[in-house]
Amino acid sequence: MGERVGIEVSLAAAEAVKMANVDVVAAYPITPQTHIVEHLSELVADGELDAEFIPVESEHSAMSVCCGSSAVGARTFTCTSSQGLALMNEIVFIAPAMRLPIVMILANRSLSGPLSIWNDHTDVMSVRDCGWIQFFTENGQEAFDHVMFSFRVAENPAVSLPIMMNMDGFVLTHVIEPIEFWDQETVKQYLPDFEPVNRLHPDNPVTMGAFGLPGIFTEAKMAQDQALINSKAVILEAWKDMGDLVGRYYKPVETYHVEGAETVFLSMGSVGETVSLAVDQLRARGKPVGQVKLRLWRPFPFEEFREAVRGVKQMIVIDRAITYGGVGGPVASEIRSFLYLEENMPIITNFLCGLAGRDVTVEDYMAMFEKTEQMVKGKVRQEDYIIYGVRE
Amino acid sequence: MIEVRLHGRGGQGGVTSAELLALAAINEGKYAQAFPTFGPERRGAPVIAFCRIDDKKIRIRSAIYTPDVVVVLDPGILRLVDVTSGLKEDGILCANSKYSGEELRKELGIKHTIATVNATKIAREEIGLPITNTAMLGSILKARNIVPFDSLIGPLKKRFGRIAEKNIKVFTRAYEETQITK
Repeated sequence: MGERVGIEVSLAAAEAVKMANVDVVAAYPITPQTHIVEHLSELVADGELDAEFIPVESEHSAMSVCCGSSAVGARTFTCTSSQGLALMNEIVFIAPAMRLPIVMILANRSLSGPLSIWNDHTDVMSVRDCGWIQFFTENGQEAFDHVMFSFRVAENPAVSLPIMMNMDGFVLTHVIEPIEFWDQETVKQYLPDFEPVNRLHPDNPVTMGAFGLPGIFTEAKMAQDQALINSKAVILEAWKDMGDLVGRYYKPVETYHVEGAETVFLSMGSVGETVSLAVDQLRARGKPVGQVKLRLWRPFPFEEFREAVRGVKQMIVIDRAITYGGVGGPVASEIRSFLYLEENMPIITNFLCGLAGRDVTVEDYMAMFEKTEQMVKGKVRQEDYIIYGVRE
Repeated sequence: MIEVRLHGRGGQGGVTSAELLALAAINEGKYAQAFPTFGPERRGAPVIAFCRIDDKKIRIRSAIYTPDVVVVLDPGILRLVDVTSGLKEDGILCANSKYSGEELRKELGIKHTIATVNATKIAREEIGLPITNTAMLGSILKARNIVPFDSLIGPLKKRFGRIAEKNIKVFTRAYEETQITK
């Protein structure tokens, strides 16, 4: 195994990209992703990483370059946040349709306006339906480990899809913490070379990104949906193999104290760690409370999720994004929809919190639990969602 | 778990202090976090940085509201910001000040234990600049034995390269010259 080092999570992620021996990095700097891209640029300039670093003029170009380089068979990485993702939006939807295994770290940041550079999940939720594999990391170690994981899953010939690794801006990107690095030998064992199914090459011409007439479009989309659904088998295998190699076993849905839990919190990303402390305190008071953390968001892990919440009476869903005028935050809407046909569907309360960097503390999660208890006791119809912590 | 909150001005190196403290703890096999107040930093404006150190994995990801140690890198901040806000009863205030702990207690009505050091003077004498981050590291360790004194030497050398020796001198002098007022 590698060394345990104290390092900023962004730099660790960039080091992991280097260890994955990436061929092309095309990115445009944007807060809070900046340190990742800056560090990669330094590594290339210093000759520590033999890759093309393409300092594009916009994120739209970044994703376009990524499509081109991935299509010729180059291991390709990019990284963005918020407005950058918005600017590359057009091409984000095209990459999975062309089955290009690009790896992108999304350092999650709120979408403007008002102009904000701080963390929430409105950026990723704006591309919920883009067809990429999407998952969330909770701490620096997970971020480091999942760079290798991302390349392995995306480039697997049975998958051949782009993958978006979500990493909370500032809350993860700008924190120094201990991270256990992998040694290069472990990376080599875990991550095979990229062998694309199809590649653009003059000796063997192929067409990529062809026109999709009405007679074929539906079939193409069904095939794409199926490819994303099928990627789960490769994802599970990649997590199992990582566990066997480095001793950390990750799952699509993580649980904490769900045994006998009547109420569970559901969260995605870095808030999970703080929520777990609220669970500890509530358990200490004798409250049967547990926690479910959704790591894999696309493809949605139906079976694992169903299993994790079996027997639960109340669920507190934490959303980090608003669906304006809708039926709840994006996560809660999906969970309600998914559980609709389940027997004994739990009562779901939905709290929208931590928007654009608003700090959410252990006490806040305890307050959400209390509010949920009151709502359940009073048998009031649940409000579809509550924007938590609004100052009045 | 020990939680440290550092108050300074953008450019004084408060974030670096938090980082070096965390790196020293991590090198000692402990768990630690260091992070700035998130957002754009402006040189000269009051800024805050945070550091958590524990023997077990740290799970909390929110800011620090009830610190064990508050560090003030800039004397002017003492009169601008309510620096002891949330400071635990048995917590300690580490202040860069030319005044004694008794004088600060009297002027600012602080009830906590106060550690004082004239970090600006030490930094000016040794580095020729009023950058007080490494001095205050020495002062913190005198005030509370968070990590062994020697554990900071490695991180200081790595961070400061050719000016490391001067910074280690500042760090050492501040450790020696810090006065504790209970």
